[in-house]
Amino acid sequence: MTILDVEKPTRKKGPTGAERLTSRTSIISMAFLFVMATYFLVPVYWLVISSTKGPATLYGSQGFWFSHFQFFSNLSGLFSYSNGIFVRWILNTVLYAGVGATVATLIASMAGYALSKYNFVGKEAVFSVILGGVLVPGTALALPLYLLMTKVHLTDTYWSVLLPAFVSPFGVFLSRVYAGASIPDELIDAGRIDGASEFKIFRSIGLKIMSPALVTIFLFQFVAIWNNFFLPLVMLSNQNLYPVTLGLYSWDNQYGQAPQLIAYVVIGALISVIPLIIAFLSLQRFWQTGLTSGSVKA
Amino acid sequence: MTTIDLPGRAGEPANLKQGKAVAGKERMKRSRGNKVAPLLFLTPFMVLFAIFFLLPIGYAIYQSLYHSQVSGLGLGPNSTVTKFVGLSNFSSVLHDHSFFSGLGRVILFGIVQVPIMLVLATLLALLLDSATVRLKRFFRLAFFLPYGVPGVIAAILWSFLYLPGLSPIVSVLKSAGFGTINFLGIHSVLWSIANIITWEYTGYNMLIIYAGLQAIPPSLFEAARIDGASEIMVSLRIKLPLIFSSIVLTAVFSIIGTLQLFSEPQVLRAVTTNISSSFTPNLLAYTKAFVENDPNTAAAVAVILALGTFILSFGFLKLVQRRAFSEVEL
Repeated sequence: MTILDVEKPTRKKGPTGAERLTSRTSIISMAFLFVMATYFLVPVYWLVISSTKGPATLYGSQGFWFSHFQFFSNLSGLFSYSNGIFVRWILNTVLYAGVGATVATLIASMAGYALSKYNFVGKEAVFSVILGGVLVPGTALALPLYLLMTKVHLTDTYWSVLLPAFVSPFGVFLSRVYAGASIPDELIDAGRIDGASEFKIFRSIGLKIMSPALVTIFLFQFVAIWNNFFLPLVMLSNQNLYPVTLGLYSWDNQYGQAPQLIAYVVIGALISVIPLIIAFLSLQRFWQTGLTSGSVKA
Repeated sequence: MTTIDLPGRAGEPANLKQGKAVAGKERMKRSRGNKVAPLLFLTPFMVLFAIFFLLPIGYAIYQSLYHSQVSGLGLGPNSTVTKFVGLSNFSSVLHDHSFFSGLGRVILFGIVQVPIMLVLATLLALLLDSATVRLKRFFRLAFFLPYGVPGVIAAILWSFLYLPGLSPIVSVLKSAGFGTINFLGIHSVLWSIANIITWEYTGYNMLIIYAGLQAIPPSLFEAARIDGASEIMVSLRIKLPLIFSSIVLTAVFSIIGTLQLFSEPQVLRAVTTNISSSFTPNLLAYTKAFVENDPNTAAAVAVILALGTFILSFGFLKLVQRRAFSEVEL
């Protein structure tokens, strides 16, 4: 909603700017933007073209244009190879990212709400520790986590990838800032006077008002889990548990022995990217809202 | 207008505390019965945070102070002997030539790649925010699209685009008279990785900065425009100082990301032999733990790296914080 508020006045810039549209700088900037757009889009374009080719034409044909169209046989090959393990990888990824991000969002928003709306001893200290967690890189944790998981025999299970994904210090930070700015204390007090329990107030008032922030936290965590490579690489050795990134990586290292795999890596990369890109583009507004409120504090 | 309210609140912890002291007593009275509630709300997160953040950090430090050695033939339950070795793992890492060449490599990478990416992101954000540019929506989507491609997939994709025989880019450059360019050579491969990172994250950083630009009240530069300031002047003199804190944020995340560099070089190892097993500090830690079966040294590398990252990003934040906050508070 923040972005919408601000965006309206900026649209008004259109007519005033139009007078200057002929200026040389605007031609140069448009040219520059087109060059940059080409840079960002060409690899994706190549991926789309290449997904229609077989292993032989991948090497033997002009890379930027179609040759011997076999998209659908690639697709059926991808889905049937090794008993349809690719489908399983996609489902695993959805499980890791979907469940991980949902749980992470809920517990982070609860913690952020508590840190914003209650006073208690050591509150600021707790918040500082959590904030420090934002700066600790995930890859630095993966290795000791693996050693710890070995001790409790949790490596090579769904839990080994899922459990660490439940923790989002950034989510706590964002929901605290957001709750502080958007939930009026009077509303909470009114709920108390009406005799509602603290949890009910959080559920029916807190979560409702914080919902834009929740979407942002969910998206951030979802993408972070979807993109995570180091943790599953370290934790998993059973192919059946792989997320799609790790699966494609393992194929990418095997096409020396099995040449048809290169075509599956290409089309698999395309297929695995499509859902995320659709989600991104359709939820863009939420991203920007979250990014704004996130960037303010730093 | 939430975003406009926020800077004042977030940026003035001192004021917040004063306010609390006054209003605190009154609030406390009302919420006396609710001392348990915040605890319950915090518990799930804190428990998981302790197990999956604090414990691994503690365990890595613990591991880095010990050394396990396989005695005899390595058979039987008591064949591994673990003993306390103090800081000797750290000194062995700090005397390891491969650690420093890896560290030097990511630092060089960061010094070159991060500024290029952020200048590009800032420039694109300013252009998309300026009045004279058309097709904004298309450009925004085009620039942001690569971020929707997971890092590993992006690295695989680019590895194909670097591979002679497969890459149309290599063949196009060849027919344009540039000769056969080796993107995977011993010196060029680092910059090929830099290109992958730039491709992936420029749009993301642009969006953070762009969001910062959108939060600026138009009245601030409308007046300048009426006074005849050019679009370039408005961008440089008014907008740029106001989005400084957004740029700082992107810089901190970029510094953290650069020091952790792992996926891209690891993926490119499938197509080139010019990436050693200690190419970056994280790759070294991975090799120590899983190839050389030396978790103690790996832990020491991870601790040094995490500490370095923390100090660097925190230091950078502190360094620019004063300026950032004074700019934000309009």
